[in-house]
Amino acid sequence: MTTKQENPRQPLSHLDWLESEAIYILREVAGQCSNPVLLFSGGKDSLCILRLAEKAFRPGRFPFPLMHIDTGHNYKEVIDFRDQRAAELGERLIVRNVEDSMKRGTVVLKSADESRNKHQSVTLLEAIEEFGFDCCIGGARRDEEKARAKERIMSFRDEFGQWDPKNQRPELWSLYNARSHKGENIRAFPISNWTEMDVWQYIERENLQLPSIYFAHQRDVVMRGGSIVPVNVPLVNGEVANPVKAGEEIINMQVRFRTVGDISCTAPVISDADDVSKIVLETATSTITERGATRLDDQTSDASMEQRKKEGYF
Amino acid sequence: MSSSHTQTIDSQHTASLLRFMTCGSVDDGKSTLIGRLLFDTKTILADTLTQMTRTSEKRGLTAVDLSLLTDGLQAEREQGITIDVAYRYFSTGTRKYIIADAPGHEQYTRNMVTAASTANLAIILIDARKGVLTQTRRHSYLAHLVGIPHIVVAVNKMDLVNYDQAVYEKICADYLVFANEIGLAQSQIAAGNDISFIPMSALNGDMLVDRLDNMPWYTGDTMIEMLEAAPSAHTEHNEPFRFPVQFVCRPHASDNPELHDFRGFMGRIESGEITVGDAVTVLPNGYQSKVKAIQIGDAQLQSATTEQSITLLLEDEIDTSRGDMIVKTSEAQAPVKQIDAFVCWLSETPMSPARTYVIRHTTRESKAKVGTIHYKVDVNTLEEQATTDLKMNDIARITFKLAQPLMVDSYNSNRATGAFIVIDESSNNTVGAGMII
Repeated sequence: MTTKQENPRQPLSHLDWLESEAIYILREVAGQCSNPVLLFSGGKDSLCILRLAEKAFRPGRFPFPLMHIDTGHNYKEVIDFRDQRAAELGERLIVRNVEDSMKRGTVVLKSADESRNKHQSVTLLEAIEEFGFDCCIGGARRDEEKARAKERIMSFRDEFGQWDPKNQRPELWSLYNARSHKGENIRAFPISNWTEMDVWQYIERENLQLPSIYFAHQRDVVMRGGSIVPVNVPLVNGEVANPVKAGEEIINMQVRFRTVGDISCTAPVISDADDVSKIVLETATSTITERGATRLDDQTSDASMEQRKKEGYF
Repeated sequence: MSSSHTQTIDSQHTASLLRFMTCGSVDDGKSTLIGRLLFDTKTILADTLTQMTRTSEKRGLTAVDLSLLTDGLQAEREQGITIDVAYRYFSTGTRKYIIADAPGHEQYTRNMVTAASTANLAIILIDARKGVLTQTRRHSYLAHLVGIPHIVVAVNKMDLVNYDQAVYEKICADYLVFANEIGLAQSQIAAGNDISFIPMSALNGDMLVDRLDNMPWYTGDTMIEMLEAAPSAHTEHNEPFRFPVQFVCRPHASDNPELHDFRGFMGRIESGEITVGDAVTVLPNGYQSKVKAIQIGDAQLQSATTEQSITLLLEDEIDTSRGDMIVKTSEAQAPVKQIDAFVCWLSETPMSPARTYVIRHTTRESKAKVGTIHYKVDVNTLEEQATTDLKMNDIARITFKLAQPLMVDSYNSNRATGAFIVIDESSNNTVGAGMII
């Protein structure tokens, strides 16, 4: 059994390996947890996870519903795409709104134009309690941010949804421990080991459809604090987000989004990449990290992601 | 690798993957090594570098502190220490790498064991000025215990000893003496594995990606050449087929008669290969059948191999559930109700020999009681000592009695079916890691 032989087996390609690992993690969630849910935003990472879930569970149904925590300030293209994709798959989509938490008084904004992004945690915890979910599957990756580099594949959260970085379960081999007591919660991250490049290569290989705003398009923007900020963005409910402020000059620019999330904290990048293969090339030559370029919420301090995670953020 | 700061793309998607770990402390230049690998492969981007520069300046440092890259948590930055395993990624175009970066101090034995559990290669760093130290012995023993097949002993900071060949050779000789003493060298060779040596300066970049011209006397591979050439996991030996069942798919689709009787056994092949038509046995019950089909999503495969997540369909209707293991009938192992293992204790709460724990092995769980604690191993001197309990970071040889049969192989022959974790049901925490003898 341990005699050395000439290449008895070719290794899997890195994409096959990552895909297989992610399928394994999704099936562990299904096998170990009694009431899991898949967090689905319509973004590229969660679209990869949907494809992985198809490979993991078809011809059966997914052993979990999909759920989106909607800040109400998402790009209409993404919300439409989210609904279309869930319908195509024939899976159940639950949407819970930060605006409902605001009405209940559990989310209080400091000012009307404060970003609702970090308040998603409150609505998420309320939804977890409402449905009794014991595990939330998310699309976070360890290469995104340094507080994520030490995140477990199965990450334990206490009954307040808190992540305690000093008290995480050791995770060895692929023996994942997703046990929890009632009220506690596991966050499972099947694409932890993927990089932004892996995600784009997988999208290319699997020919995955994406919301149009990932590709280069013309958009009205202004320069605000060194970032490109989209303005006058139409919302699903007919309102307009990010109105242009007095004194700002609107520029119509060719841009695309590297990440997609709440409008208040996702900035586009200048780009002419209008298909996936061009985006793969652009990703390879970029000199700025995905979050650094586009996540306005991570630029406040070295520890902002860690802080949000401690408060129950995915 | 490219020096023009452009990531090399694997356009055919055929790059393989290697998981490796680095053992050593910040003093050995571990962070510099990782930092340089990431930087030379364009993994550190401009904004990260700017942020690191700013933080270094804030702390009054004159040069960019590369260890900031590997200290991820606020608590770590405040205390200036690393307390947890961090995972880093880089790619050369022909290979994707996952680095498990473990803190090197004695009290973090559990982190080292965690990092080692998924690694196929370990880089053990030695400071050329200091030679083989107690921590070198500890790191080597642990890498060996956790079954890392390829060990690279990197003698770093050669620039600080004038790139002296004699210093390097003395350290290699010292290391081999110690490796022979503990049986590391012999068992690495017996298992078809290896120990390699390399002189380098992570700070200067000697022998990392470029050879430079300070050590013309060294003609072996550079670090990146070693990493590129190291075999991926499960590619060196023929292994028996082991398929722990994770999940059973029964769609019960009343509107689709084709799916009415569909019964798919879902899981990942932990070792070996399987082909349609192979005779299989489902353990522990011993039911026998043949493989009718192998699927990944919509794709039908004729055969499948280690590390692939697949769905297996069998010829016969067999009652099988999560925790069972499908093996080839010709390679079936006998289920056992007692296991002898090296256990590393991971929890701040010491092990209590009187308590019942849960052991998770592959996708199967069993209640377990401690039978005998044979001895514990001092990870610095490697002496065996009598003991009655186990504290965090202790490693001991223990016999467990099991409530349910497990389908095991020895850890030396199969890391997936020879490994288990110990769970404390009161907290649900993972409190121990075991390797079956």
